[in-house]
Amino acid sequence: MTVTDTTEAVLAYDDVVAAYDPVLGLEVHVELNTATKMFCGCPTGFGAEPNTQVCPVCLGLPGALPVLNARGLESAIRIGLALNCEIASWCRFARKNYFYPDMPKNFQTSQYDEPIAFNGFLDVELDDGSTFRVEIERAHMEEDTGKSTHVGGATGRIHGADYSLVDYNRAGIPLIEIVTKPVEGAGERAPEIARAYVAALRDLLRALGVSDVRMEQGSLRCDANLSLRAKVPGAAPGSAEQRAVPLGTRSETKNVNSLRSVERAVRYEMTRHAARLAAGLKIVQETRHWHEDTGITTSGREKSDAEDYRYFPEPDLVPMSPDPAWVDELRGTLPEPPPQRRRRLQAEWGFADLEMRDLVNAGAVELVEATVAAGAAPAAARKWWSGELARRANADGVELAAMPVTPAQIAALQGLVDAGTLTDSLARQVLEGVLAGEGEPAEVVESRGLQVVSDDGALGAAVDRAIAENPDVADKVRSGKVAAVGALVGAVMKQMRGQADAAKVKALLTERLAPADSTTDVSTS
Amino acid sequence: MSAISREEVSHLAMLARIDLQPDELDRLAAQLDVILDAVATVTQVAGEDVPATSHPMPLTNVTRPDEPRPCLTQEEALSGAPAAEAGRFRVPRILEED
Repeated sequence: MTVTDTTEAVLAYDDVVAAYDPVLGLEVHVELNTATKMFCGCPTGFGAEPNTQVCPVCLGLPGALPVLNARGLESAIRIGLALNCEIASWCRFARKNYFYPDMPKNFQTSQYDEPIAFNGFLDVELDDGSTFRVEIERAHMEEDTGKSTHVGGATGRIHGADYSLVDYNRAGIPLIEIVTKPVEGAGERAPEIARAYVAALRDLLRALGVSDVRMEQGSLRCDANLSLRAKVPGAAPGSAEQRAVPLGTRSETKNVNSLRSVERAVRYEMTRHAARLAAGLKIVQETRHWHEDTGITTSGREKSDAEDYRYFPEPDLVPMSPDPAWVDELRGTLPEPPPQRRRRLQAEWGFADLEMRDLVNAGAVELVEATVAAGAAPAAARKWWSGELARRANADGVELAAMPVTPAQIAALQGLVDAGTLTDSLARQVLEGVLAGEGEPAEVVESRGLQVVSDDGALGAAVDRAIAENPDVADKVRSGKVAAVGALVGAVMKQMRGQADAAKVKALLTERLAPADSTTDVSTS
Repeated sequence: MSAISREEVSHLAMLARIDLQPDELDRLAAQLDVILDAVATVTQVAGEDVPATSHPMPLTNVTRPDEPRPCLTQEEALSGAPAAEAGRFRVPRILEED
């Protein structure tokens, strides 16, 4: 095994795409949101104490027998149908044998040459509104592995570790692995297409309701295969001449766990492959590890040949033969495809293309939809999710949907703004409280004492004080320089600690400072 | 011609993490060859109309409802482990990553 932790040479991206044609292969593992594991009744909740969601089956104890989770099978078929796949009329599970303690059985129950779903496609919308079709090779059922913690060694990584600790709570959680056919014709847009594909798949899986699709929690994981081949001069990326060039050797970058990382990892691998090829070096067929912090990949292990896994039909699980009538019934449960749904919602909400695209890219469509359903106006819902919340999610490095606030809470918060209880700036402070776990918006308003002071007495006193403390400014306003009133508004807001309606403060100030001999309608100045 | 080579036996031994000495490889390759030959006779008997059998019982679609069942406690789960630490199974260091 070769381990390279040094940075490898890379070629400038423009030079890469001028000389080479990239071919992608994307493998996405999605954890299903079933209540129980794939082959036993252990619960699947995230974050439980280690080894408390385990039983003889998922611990691989002698004599334990697996039984397939009906909802796991149903979800697999629905995913296959949503990806326009054919559904196997008969198929089996297989044992994938390997020695690694993340599976206590010494094999992973998977599917090999008989996937439940095969030969499909997914149309992926790109940033410019165009569509790219990604062909799907297969979607098959398998089980997740346990979680290893490596102890000792300088880096806390696996190499140099003294020993490892394993938690099998995750072992046996249903996984669907979705594998594309070689994605050809992407050309210089390969990194963007890789990201857009994973995003489209995530949206589809979310719409199907089969998974939490939380990349940051690992319920959606992407392995990106990439190879380069010589570019045929003058030929378009997807042309027959270009496709006729044999595929190059691929690398497989494992566990790329955010949409942005998918794009970056593919781009990095393109530049790394190209530098090797340009220098006359060979590409090693191997697993690569993506490093989020440095934006590079390093060598993992050389890829085992499939036959080294010694796949064979799983004798403890009987074959599956889904009734065609049931499959048709499941076809009837498919949701509206996300791109179509987005167009429909955009029309309903009256958003501009750019506004809608921002929402889509931020993963906020469902959130806005739920916020609107909870009573907020679409424009207000959009403003929260693609503004303040997107900014905070970005700053915290989490996905928007993972922010600890619900659409119902945002709708309630907006309701308080609409009712005049909160100004926009107070509402942002209330949001901060909600995000900090201080309760519902109304509770935070109460506990932090944040509502707009509508007590005219207190406000009037603050206005009088601001005038008294800033006589020069007050005179300017009196003499007709109405723009100067802004400084006084600021002084009043400061006294009120922001808990006043700025428009009302301005009206009070201009009313008090109106030139005595003028009949100008100051309320509009 | 033998059904299995010495190199194949050596490769399988590596995959199964069994450390075989050269003399054992020679002996086992010969023995496995005999075993594979014997099994091969079955394929001669089976006609083309007899599909390969992985499951002797004619059962399909055996599933269970997606309902949680009681688990082992952490203590029970770890009771058979040679070593445990922090509620987890402690295993020798792993040289290869997956």
